[in-house]
Amino acid sequence: MLKGKKVIALGERDGIQGGAIAACARAAGAEVVLEKTYCFV
Amino acid sequence: MAPRVLRQPVIRGARFFLAHAPGLVRHGSKPSRDIAVAAGVEGSIRAALRPWEAARDYAPNQVLLGARHPDSLWDLPRPWFEASPPGDRRGPHGEIAPEEELYGLLKIGDQFDLVQLEADFAEEAHGALATHPLIAKSDLEALGSGLPEAAIEERLGGPVPAAPLHLRSGRRIGCIVAGHEVDQTLAADVLLENLAAKVTAAMALRALLAGEGIDPGSVDYVIGSGEEAVGDRYQRGGGNLAKAVAEQAGCAGATGVDVKGFCCGPIHALAIAGSLVASGVFSRVAVIGGCALAKLGMKYQGHLRHGQPILEDTLVGVALLVEGDDGQSPRLRLDPIGRHTVAAGSSQKAIFEALVRDPLRALGWAFRDVDKYATELHNPELTEPSGSGDVPLLNYKVIGSLAALAREIAPAEVPGFARAHGLPGFSPTQGHIASAIPFLAHALDGLRSGRYRRTLFLAKGSLFLGRMTQMADGISMIVERNE
Repeated sequence: MLKGKKVIALGERDGIQGGAIAACARAAGAEVVLEKTYCFV
Repeated sequence: MAPRVLRQPVIRGARFFLAHAPGLVRHGSKPSRDIAVAAGVEGSIRAALRPWEAARDYAPNQVLLGARHPDSLWDLPRPWFEASPPGDRRGPHGEIAPEEELYGLLKIGDQFDLVQLEADFAEEAHGALATHPLIAKSDLEALGSGLPEAAIEERLGGPVPAAPLHLRSGRRIGCIVAGHEVDQTLAADVLLENLAAKVTAAMALRALLAGEGIDPGSVDYVIGSGEEAVGDRYQRGGGNLAKAVAEQAGCAGATGVDVKGFCCGPIHALAIAGSLVASGVFSRVAVIGGCALAKLGMKYQGHLRHGQPILEDTLVGVALLVEGDDGQSPRLRLDPIGRHTVAAGSSQKAIFEALVRDPLRALGWAFRDVDKYATELHNPELTEPSGSGDVPLLNYKVIGSLAALAREIAPAEVPGFARAHGLPGFSPTQGHIASAIPFLAHALDGLRSGRYRRTLFLAKGSLFLGRMTQMADGISMIVERNE
């Protein structure tokens, strides 16, 4: 679904973490160019 | 060979020390960075700081003090900062102190002449603390009589960097001087953070020991669980604030160590404290955590945008006491410690399976067998204005969803599960303090009174913030009635 696309995966610790978003994006064929998780508390 | 009989550890008590610190909001990480680059920010912040009475009465603070139960917030109309009835500064779980007393405590806890108070203010602080039940004559002597205003000016303009200290009103009452001319790990703002962590934890520990009628000299070991970096340039974060706190609380027979784990430090520390007691290495272990001054005003922009007071104006320290089984105090269970392992994965589902589902399975319990889950307990009134949402609710929905996946409840029952087995957020955004620990004193009350039978505490740590790994961490433990 994301083949040939570049993805920036920005996650949140208490929501969906960057690593989980990146894993989904890669599984869908994307190239993850940036993967970050933030904590807002 | 017969297995060695271990002692069952219990949590005997928990106390919080809150300090209203509106004058220190400007020293929070976010406000200080913005003040340095944008004109007008300092004035906007000052205009939105709450008076002492408003912070004292604030219902979520009254929950931390034990004057009201967390569940009472479900029915209190929002915004709580407008709906809070008058409250006392002291409750069964601790006290909240006004900023004048906090500055006095910073001076009392300072052994290196870093904090300098102006003479008039030192006299005011002396008057405010003279009748405090946890302040001794030696403390008042350490507070001293202050310096003339000219001497403060001299330090602020001297060769060693210094930062001014103000009250909410904007009145300058002194300064804090760096510990070294160029060492950034001993900069004035770093030492202010560390000193505030020391004195808030020490006051919580003093309150705990006095409240439980325990001789401070009988404490064997103190474990620090905060996030401050105490050290100098050659050993940044070298640590052992725990021993400094033990000294400040009169625990002459104790040594200590710090356990670092971002926000889940306190639960790791409790697991270690329980293990030390169970193994017989120590009989009486205190777990302490100082405040997180850097987080003052962290979301001030959202608060200003919504026209509400800056609510991140309160520092919190905590102290917990772990001992061998006394037949009464709630038990700290060591058999099913939930661990978010390296291999567990970073999805919320994976984290909560590791921290909640797996320990419950190991015990043969259903999700509903735990009366209350304590997770990230950040006050939504602090986080929602900046778009961070209701953090506790997010976490409780995940736990409820796991219960639904296990077919213990229907998906439609998840919100009801979250309310019945969860808690409204009531903690200031104080890092490790806000992770599960705020409920502990209420849990101990409920487990003693029969209101609860089983509680589960889980905390998560944002390891990725330190840039050494992309991982988070998590740990959980069960605290149950002593039956």
